[in-house]
Amino acid sequence: MIRVVLPAHLRTLANVDGEVTLAIDGEVTQRSILDALEISYPVLRGAIRDHVTLRRRPFVRFFACEQDLSHERPDAPLPDAVARGAEAFLVVGAMAGG
Amino acid sequence: MSGVRVLVGTRKGAFVLTSDGRRERWDVSGPHFAGWEIYHLKGSPADPNRLYASQSSGWFGQMIQRSNDGGKTWEAVGNKFVYDGVPGTHQWYDGTPHPWEFARVWHLEPSLRDPDTVYAGVQDAALFQTTDAGQSWHELPGLRGHGSGPHWQPGAGGLCLHTILIDPSNPNRIFIAISAAGAFRTDDGGKTWQPINRGLRSQQIPDADAEVGHCVHRLAMHRSRPGVLFMQKHWDVMRTDDAGDSWREVSGNLPTDFGFAIDVHAHEPETIYVVPIKSDSEHFPPEGKLRVYRSRTGGNEWEALTKGLPQRDCYVNVLRDAMSIDSLDACGVYFGTTGGQVYASSDAGDSWSPIVRDLPPVLSVEVQTLP
Repeated sequence: MIRVVLPAHLRTLANVDGEVTLAIDGEVTQRSILDALEISYPVLRGAIRDHVTLRRRPFVRFFACEQDLSHERPDAPLPDAVARGAEAFLVVGAMAGG
Repeated sequence: MSGVRVLVGTRKGAFVLTSDGRRERWDVSGPHFAGWEIYHLKGSPADPNRLYASQSSGWFGQMIQRSNDGGKTWEAVGNKFVYDGVPGTHQWYDGTPHPWEFARVWHLEPSLRDPDTVYAGVQDAALFQTTDAGQSWHELPGLRGHGSGPHWQPGAGGLCLHTILIDPSNPNRIFIAISAAGAFRTDDGGKTWQPINRGLRSQQIPDADAEVGHCVHRLAMHRSRPGVLFMQKHWDVMRTDDAGDSWREVSGNLPTDFGFAIDVHAHEPETIYVVPIKSDSEHFPPEGKLRVYRSRTGGNEWEALTKGLPQRDCYVNVLRDAMSIDSLDACGVYFGTTGGQVYASSDAGDSWSPIVRDLPPVLSVEVQTLP
């Protein structure tokens, strides 16, 4: 299972505590994780990526394995540790004041 | 016994303030949606327990929340706001073309008759509608498509459609206002629109009396006279008696005619309220005195209402959607400040007291008069 950590505001919105786990068939990528996340939690549609372009919202970042993966291609394979569930995929609100 | 429910949107959440008809003791609930900007929330006139809220964040975008129990519980509904067709461009601050980009919902205006129908005014300026209680939204493209859209330019807060007034006698007639494009009217339910800015003069644009480009801050209407509108413009308080075909200035003896909020007494259509703000760069009351001004003559002759309001060292602002009026007798007047106070008057403005003093900056105030 893929482990995803959401920022606090999105956990509240999705009504979840702690990590979210997702089953993903096929390659584990940003896109496949976000697709599965939005199917399980439709309320998150539009909150992490744009409804239409599916581009990451500017103040949202993706971290895993102590790396910033925000600027990787959406279909690039994520680190094996994320695919195995050993490490979580972190959705983070950018540090931008407030 | 009748009562009131005041819906307050702030920079960091929503609050619901309730009282009985005496409006002396208040129950405060919130923050709802803590940490999110709540630009506006409003109840359906057709079903007062049906509320809609615009919840947004620079990080996570736009959400729309709906309540069916007067704000006790909420559920997120549709948040997909996609412009109709190819969005095109409007003017940017520097005068260059800029693509239309959805940023947030500024104002939600439920239908007067159907609790499932709501209009949404958004930034970049456009009008959207839902007819399924917020599950899906579609643009009424005739507004942006009327021809002047490429010349609209943003005000300091963005290119926002912030005011929506539905004619109670004719649901096909709707008035809207955009900063900084001006006021517009449809007479066919939103299919076609015409600018209604004749009589406005704005020194901040090259042609001071242009058809569009005026920074209208707010419109107000009394439901018994939907052809009479009052306007707080960037500078100038204006009125029209012919549904916007022509405007005349009624700033009269106001200490400054800059401001944001304007509203009309519930039972006296010629009694109006504004909160003068010093200037477009000094967004606080003149002389540090927070004063609501009331005209009982439809403008021109104004009296300062000060009892219970701070009369020294007050440097807050009152934003365009942050004033509302209940329909009890005597009518109650409410406004919120960027300092986090929500003031209430239960005697039509003669005296004031704070309901709350320390909320986050207040973006909007709406009051519902409950049976």
